[in-house]
Amino acid sequence: MSFKIVVLAKQVPDTRNVGKDAMKADGTVNRAALPAIFNPEDLNALEFALQVKDKIEGAEVIILTMGPYRAAEIIREAMYRGADKGYLITDRKFAGSDTLATSYAISLAVKKLGSFNLLVAGRQAIDGDTAQVGPQTAEKLGIPQIAYAEKLIEVNKEEITIKRRIERGVETVSAKYPIAVTVHGSADSCRPRNAKKLMQFKHSRTLTELKNEERENAELYKSRPYLMIEEWSVADIKADVEALGLSGSPTKVKTIENVVFQAKESKSLGDSNQEVEDLMIELIDGHIIG
Amino acid sequence: MNNIFIYCELTEELRIADVSQELLTKGRTLANELGVKVEAIVIGHGLSGIEKEIFPYGADVVHIADDKNLSPFTSGAHAKVLIAILRQEEPQIALFGATANGRDVGPRIASALKCGLTADCTSLIIGDHEDKKAKKSYKNLLYQIRPAFGGNIIATIINPETKPQIATVREGVMKKEVYDKQYKGEIKNFSVEGLLDDIDLAVKIIERHIEPPKVNIKGSQIIVAGGYGVGSPENFKLLYDLASVLGGEVGASRAAVDSGFAPHERQIGQTGITVRPKLYIACGISGAVQHRAGMDESSQIISINIDEAAPINNIADFAITGRVEDVIPKMIKYYKKNSK
Repeated sequence: MSFKIVVLAKQVPDTRNVGKDAMKADGTVNRAALPAIFNPEDLNALEFALQVKDKIEGAEVIILTMGPYRAAEIIREAMYRGADKGYLITDRKFAGSDTLATSYAISLAVKKLGSFNLLVAGRQAIDGDTAQVGPQTAEKLGIPQIAYAEKLIEVNKEEITIKRRIERGVETVSAKYPIAVTVHGSADSCRPRNAKKLMQFKHSRTLTELKNEERENAELYKSRPYLMIEEWSVADIKADVEALGLSGSPTKVKTIENVVFQAKESKSLGDSNQEVEDLMIELIDGHIIG
Repeated sequence: MNNIFIYCELTEELRIADVSQELLTKGRTLANELGVKVEAIVIGHGLSGIEKEIFPYGADVVHIADDKNLSPFTSGAHAKVLIAILRQEEPQIALFGATANGRDVGPRIASALKCGLTADCTSLIIGDHEDKKAKKSYKNLLYQIRPAFGGNIIATIINPETKPQIATVREGVMKKEVYDKQYKGEIKNFSVEGLLDDIDLAVKIIERHIEPPKVNIKGSQIIVAGGYGVGSPENFKLLYDLASVLGGEVGASRAAVDSGFAPHERQIGQTGITVRPKLYIACGISGAVQHRAGMDESSQIISINIDEAAPINNIADFAITGRVEDVIPKMIKYYKKNSK
């Protein structure tokens, strides 16, 4: 009996360390200046999946992502760290999808992969911080979920036991398969790349990438089919186009405002002894401190 | 039909959570504007008398689902009950706390009802919308306003075509206010008999223990918070020194937490805790809007930053241009010298 773990991962712009060059002169976000990275909590999710794989003989970790063709980068990254196979859902028709439309597409792709035991995703992606796609996908697949997983306690082929974060504490829960798990950033960090895996998968590509790179080593991919990262379009997952993109997204962005900081009257000070002392005296006299 | 629904969460002590009372208050304001009712949903076990913590916030109806399978919270069982009630009642707006539970159960409901959900809203207002392309106009939509893209933009989200319009809001973002101490509504008991299938109860709780938050940032009148600009965990120790001298707590921005300078539980901002202290000292914090969302109602703000043009300085009462490691020791020294 095989044991299949599907990991959902997303490539995101690194919004955490937005420097000055990340904003254009007109105040809009300069996406080009933000590097595309493996969503941090999806790396925790990958590690969680790999820990399950370590404990269950013959378990297979499949990484599934949705995005533009270059999102194949994170699939390769996942394989360097221990995932066995990757799939990229990519199609212009997905553009503008909100979390509901995204989870619809992902749930169809997961169904196409066939039966599975575990569906693992990071709690949320840093470009949206919604924490919605994992639970929404679980609902569409008709499976229960364990959110905010922090630690794998026990796992066998029948059930899994997990410690998870709750609002003011922790909870240990168990469930039989299939089950969806969203992994919290406080879970174990992902193991680094494995040198052998790096060698094994460094030539793995999607068809689009092969075309773009004008590579002609068809033989290599025939003899080693696992190197091919499959790309699935709307047609491949048999999705209803109306349920995707802007038409399939109940949430619409009405307006976007770039953040303009409203200046209020503030006193500018230097760091001299006198200035700091005067400030502390002012705060003490005003009963703000002391 | 068309009312505003609030999912009321329970604390470990089976009280209504603060965030839910904040949402009831917000819901009441929106309902008055729209001329509709506020209805609360409470799901759990052993809930007799719980309505006393709900009606004073202006709820017209409380739906109570009381069953041993509904406590403690599991997302499967709570989602099933919520979906059943919302399908039956067809509200126009449903609000959830952006808590661990609210963010667990909310997306499942939005997915089942095929409607829009906006997470972590910082403001909710009623407004109209004109879709020029489709030549359609909409009256009285819920504008769901939230920072996005790392706090660099503020997005107003609407769901023109689907109901309910669902939003989650973090604790502390909205104000909690008793609407009328004598306010009385109607109790509707919701029976779960025959509703819950095995799959809804598939997740078994083996053990839970409550770890009260180790730090009480929310309750602190003085907060010394550090950002990426503090530079190192060593420099961060200075913040603890200052907080201890002033009798305050230490907070951190997301960038500082992500860099490992401070633990997660100290994070202030849209994805952390919202605070309103008497004094907020922002050290090496540039002031992304997501951080500001969690602290901009502080009564006094001091910023210490090497960058005179740091955005945080625009909301600071005092902006000190200098290095955190130079300024903090001076603050400690001159506080000690001058305090009575």
